[in-house]
Amino acid sequence: MGTPWGGKTAVADDEGALSRILLAPALLYIGAVIGLPFFLSIWFSVSDVTVSSTVGHYVGLENFRSALEDPTFRRALGNTFFFAFASQIIVLVLSVVLAMALQKEFRGKWFVRLLILLPWVAPVSLGSIGWLWMLDSIYSVINWMLRAAHIFGPQTWPIWLGQPNLARASIIAVQVWRTLPLATVINLGGLSSIPQDIHDAAAIDGAGFFRTLFQITIPLVLPILLVAVLFGFVFAFTDMIVVWVLTRGGPYDMTQVLASLAFFKGIDGGDLAGASAVALFLFPVLAAAAILMLRLARRAEVM
Amino acid sequence: MAIVETRQIRKAFQDHTAVDGVDLATREGEFLVLLGPSGCGKTTLLRIIAGLEKQTSGDVIIGGKVVNDLAPRERRIAMVFQSYALYPHLNVVGNIAFPLKAHRVPKEQIGERVQKAAAMFGIERLLQRKPRQLSGGERQRVALARAMVREPSVFLLDEPLSNLDAKLRTSARDELQALQRRMGTTTIYVTHDQVEAMGLGHRIAVMSRGQVRQLGPPQEVYNEPADTFVAGFLGSPPMNFFERGDAIVGFRPEQILPKGSYATDEPLVHVWFRVDRVENLGADRLLYGSLRDLAPEVRMIIDLSFTVHLPVVEGQAYEFSIKQSDLKFFDKKSGLRIPGRPL
Repeated sequence: MGTPWGGKTAVADDEGALSRILLAPALLYIGAVIGLPFFLSIWFSVSDVTVSSTVGHYVGLENFRSALEDPTFRRALGNTFFFAFASQIIVLVLSVVLAMALQKEFRGKWFVRLLILLPWVAPVSLGSIGWLWMLDSIYSVINWMLRAAHIFGPQTWPIWLGQPNLARASIIAVQVWRTLPLATVINLGGLSSIPQDIHDAAAIDGAGFFRTLFQITIPLVLPILLVAVLFGFVFAFTDMIVVWVLTRGGPYDMTQVLASLAFFKGIDGGDLAGASAVALFLFPVLAAAAILMLRLARRAEVM
Repeated sequence: MAIVETRQIRKAFQDHTAVDGVDLATREGEFLVLLGPSGCGKTTLLRIIAGLEKQTSGDVIIGGKVVNDLAPRERRIAMVFQSYALYPHLNVVGNIAFPLKAHRVPKEQIGERVQKAAAMFGIERLLQRKPRQLSGGERQRVALARAMVREPSVFLLDEPLSNLDAKLRTSARDELQALQRRMGTTTIYVTHDQVEAMGLGHRIAVMSRGQVRQLGPPQEVYNEPADTFVAGFLGSPPMNFFERGDAIVGFRPEQILPKGSYATDEPLVHVWFRVDRVENLGADRLLYGSLRDLAPEVRMIIDLSFTVHLPVVEGQAYEFSIKQSDLKFFDKKSGLRIPGRPL
């Protein structure tokens, strides 16, 4: 390859070679840290490997079969979907509301934006530990305040992380708390890209607040909105830490999700093969989500 | 059909005043043009009339009612934006029907009214297309159809022709004028293009720095400008100015002819003009130069129609005549028009 004025091209000018060189570290990293364990876990899932094995034997789809027969696994599978969907539906509504509120100028806006971004910035484990204390069975700040405000009577003291339905609700709430910032920021970008002219035209055409919102604004930001929700869905779907920190999957495995169950089985329990099989059930859904995200990201132009 | 009135409208922002005390009243069925350079406040004034912006002080009155506190949708107006502001996710039918749906017009009527509006602008075959599949001229028609479908009492247009290419602009202007004369809807039209203003308006309000400098029919604003701003803004090429004593004198490039060519009984003034450069534009010839004796330093333009036979050599001076009445005099300090006097 030569330059137009002759002479050999330096590597820095050769786009083909340059792109490969620049991508190499990232590809190496992904291959080593994600690819390698992924293929390893596929091998584990069709073997009888445990933490103390020196060698593994092929057992076919035995691990998958026994997983499907296990009621705990089935409950974990259901929970995984339920937590992800429920939390993201709530995020969908709240993020649009928040993004719309943040579009207007008001005093202290920078501060509100900071507060909204904080849950995202804090590490998941730390945030979850914070919530663990707030939802504690004896020292819950929430219960304490509501009791002091006389909203809770003397008989009312919800055990947020101990009663199965309350525990599920708590996990959904923390997932919402954690993924709302990202969705809000993405939606804010989407809302800002709608030209003011369109809103003016709708106002003159006679559309009120709700008609404009549902018939003009939301259809126009829908691709971006879906990308935001999809991100949140994947974060909630694959989450292990929130469940592990808050409930360890309890009470009675009622709040187990696939990721936490896999950890429980594989690391605590030593059954690497069974755990790998459980974890691999995440794969089809995530692959579909990734394809969807890439498609939507391509179409995510407002105009 | 309604009369739009503004009384002492002021709109002040933190660092400047966009509209500074504007009093206007349209006539019934009139095409009123707000003409001025960018930043003169014409678009802000239009948006205040529409209700998209709130004025700092003053009243907007539509059809005899003070509408200051009414939202845009309660003012029975329609607006066409410079960018057309079509809803990108709806097709042409959806766009045109939207205002009818917003006003809860019964379903049976919507279809018929959309068809009528589409037929008015010749866009029936485009009904199923989305805005991104339309050309500039087609989008403009859809925007007009959407505005007309509600049969508003006032039509507001914000530079709707400026996004069209030059050729299309002329034919679009022609159609727009014919449409307004046919429908008789009171129309307020914002533009910075004085050719558009002259061609379309019943009256023109020439604006500068938030104020109306002159309001009148095109010929009046052109031939009897109220101050140097109006005189200089209208007319292409612009009016020539030079100082004479304590006044500024102005004359239009096309109103000066070679001496002897002027067939008129009115008193004429003769001047010598030295030509520096000639531009041959086909229908006209532009002579760049200066008045050799009266204002040799001031660069001026004479616009000779192609029908004028005068062989011109660059660097030579020629004698020209202009009607005494075509010389406009302005006060040097205020720029306001003063009565004519001998040169």
